[in-house]
Amino acid sequence: MSATTVAHVAADRGGVLGSLSRSYRVWQRNRDAFLRVWKTEFGGVVAEPLLVLTAVGLGMGTYIGDIGGRSYTEFVAAGLLASYAMFGATFECTFGTYMRMETRRLFQGILATPVSVDELVRGELFWAATRSLMHATVLLTVSYIFGLTQSPYALLALPVSILIGLMFGSQAMLAASAAPSINSLTNFFTLYVVPMFFFSGVFYPVDGLPEAIQRVAWVLPLTSATELMRSLAYGEIGAQTFLSLAILIAFTVVFIPLSIRGMRRRLIK
Amino acid sequence: MNSVIHAKGLTKRFGDFTAVDSISFSVGRQECFGFLGPNGAGKSSTIGMITAISPVTSGHLEVGGLDVVKRSRMVRRIVGVVPQEDTLDGDMTVIQNLRVYARYYDMPSPLAQSRSRELLDLFQLTDKANSEVDMLSGGMRRRLLIARALLHSPAILILDEPTTGLDPQAKHLVWQKLRLLKAQGTTMLLTTHNMEEAAILCNRLVIMDYGRILVHGIPTELVTQHVGSEVSEVRFTAQARDAVTKQLLDMNIPFQDGGDRFYVYSVDGQLLEWLASDHNVWLERRPANLEDVFFRLTGRDLRDE
Repeated sequence: MSATTVAHVAADRGGVLGSLSRSYRVWQRNRDAFLRVWKTEFGGVVAEPLLVLTAVGLGMGTYIGDIGGRSYTEFVAAGLLASYAMFGATFECTFGTYMRMETRRLFQGILATPVSVDELVRGELFWAATRSLMHATVLLTVSYIFGLTQSPYALLALPVSILIGLMFGSQAMLAASAAPSINSLTNFFTLYVVPMFFFSGVFYPVDGLPEAIQRVAWVLPLTSATELMRSLAYGEIGAQTFLSLAILIAFTVVFIPLSIRGMRRRLIK
Repeated sequence: MNSVIHAKGLTKRFGDFTAVDSISFSVGRQECFGFLGPNGAGKSSTIGMITAISPVTSGHLEVGGLDVVKRSRMVRRIVGVVPQEDTLDGDMTVIQNLRVYARYYDMPSPLAQSRSRELLDLFQLTDKANSEVDMLSGGMRRRLLIARALLHSPAILILDEPTTGLDPQAKHLVWQKLRLLKAQGTTMLLTTHNMEEAAILCNRLVIMDYGRILVHGIPTELVTQHVGSEVSEVRFTAQARDAVTKQLLDMNIPFQDGGDRFYVYSVDGQLLEWLASDHNVWLERRPANLEDVFFRLTGRDLRDE
């Protein structure tokens, strides 16, 4: 007994483009959901980094002199550019992804369509990178308006924020893939993201730290992200700029496949 | 013979546990085919493989003429899935749910719109098109799930327990819609543990337990074959229990222990009338149904634990 082929279905789009288009479908879903609520969410996206910049830059800046010939506010603004790119992607790929996966069971629905786990994860990561880009755009705009950066190189902070989003998004996604419950994701923040925020040269130069802690700090990906954003904001491009970029790319190249593997394990049974 | 689904020696293992143990079956075009079985029988694991969501451990499985192992994406394109769990997007309205889903299938926007309107109309959701999904009742959500599964005009509609948890009104409306789809020639495969549902909807069905197919056939024929035309329920007072047991055993009449009653299948009721002459025993004779077949084959032990 042989089964007959069903003829009326359109051929599937194959290859890399087909695969990317399916990831784009996932991205579109998240965009549409965001556009329904952006008015309530975007206030926070704009307000939070501004509050931190005002409090730290103006408040502490009064007591802290210039760092490397730049005002403390300029120094912190560049650090926050990297940090908020990180926060955008990490929140999205931890709590956001976990909610869509477990609470809403959306992934189960999506995986019954032609979209594969790999494509789904990439779509989620592209969305996380989009959130990073939003945060970076806000901070960069503010920086230009208040004269905290004047360099045209600073515009490159936008594509770099996408890279930062993919790098931290994939790490967060890996954490989400292993999380037994939504509360356990808090650990990713308290043990990784928040310490990084304070040890990666966002608020003070890393080389002011004791030697041993410095070594740890240089391994943290946010240190390289901060380093890169700062060199772009200052318009000081050098060997360090490219080294930082290479480190970000290396982290991204390693963690994207790991996050996909983690999600395959969790979702394919 | 044309078959839309064809499985041979289909097996699914999770580690050491065999969820589906080398089953073979085929589903014909325009047929409504049922999978019955207690929880843990392997129904959902079978569905997972047919819908190309869960990898086949071994055996052969073709859906719409496509090898599920080699062409899994194409298989997902030609099946429509109504999952057991509600996977509607609570961040969206009813119509947006359909729009988002149509995109996963690369449906052109005008086609998606006209199909959505058609399906909302069919499932009596037109006036809810712009409602938030989270505001819908359970029955509406289920109907929307079915509408969503039909959006891309699948060759086969797969429903995993389509009416579990619905109130009687909602359940009957879903049945009505499924009968309509069936009359229109939609090929359907459904799992259920609602025997009435299986009897109403399915042309053919299999009863599964412990990963194996116990029987397959046409619902009415299965009843005649495995139970007969009639079932006698013998009820008794607690103190009469031992005596009734002894009498049934003495007369060589097989029965199934239902706790406060015994079920006696395919035995001339007359034979049991004498039992009812005892004022501690009551006899009730009723037509046999699919549920009797189910219990007869899978026993009466609880499975959820």
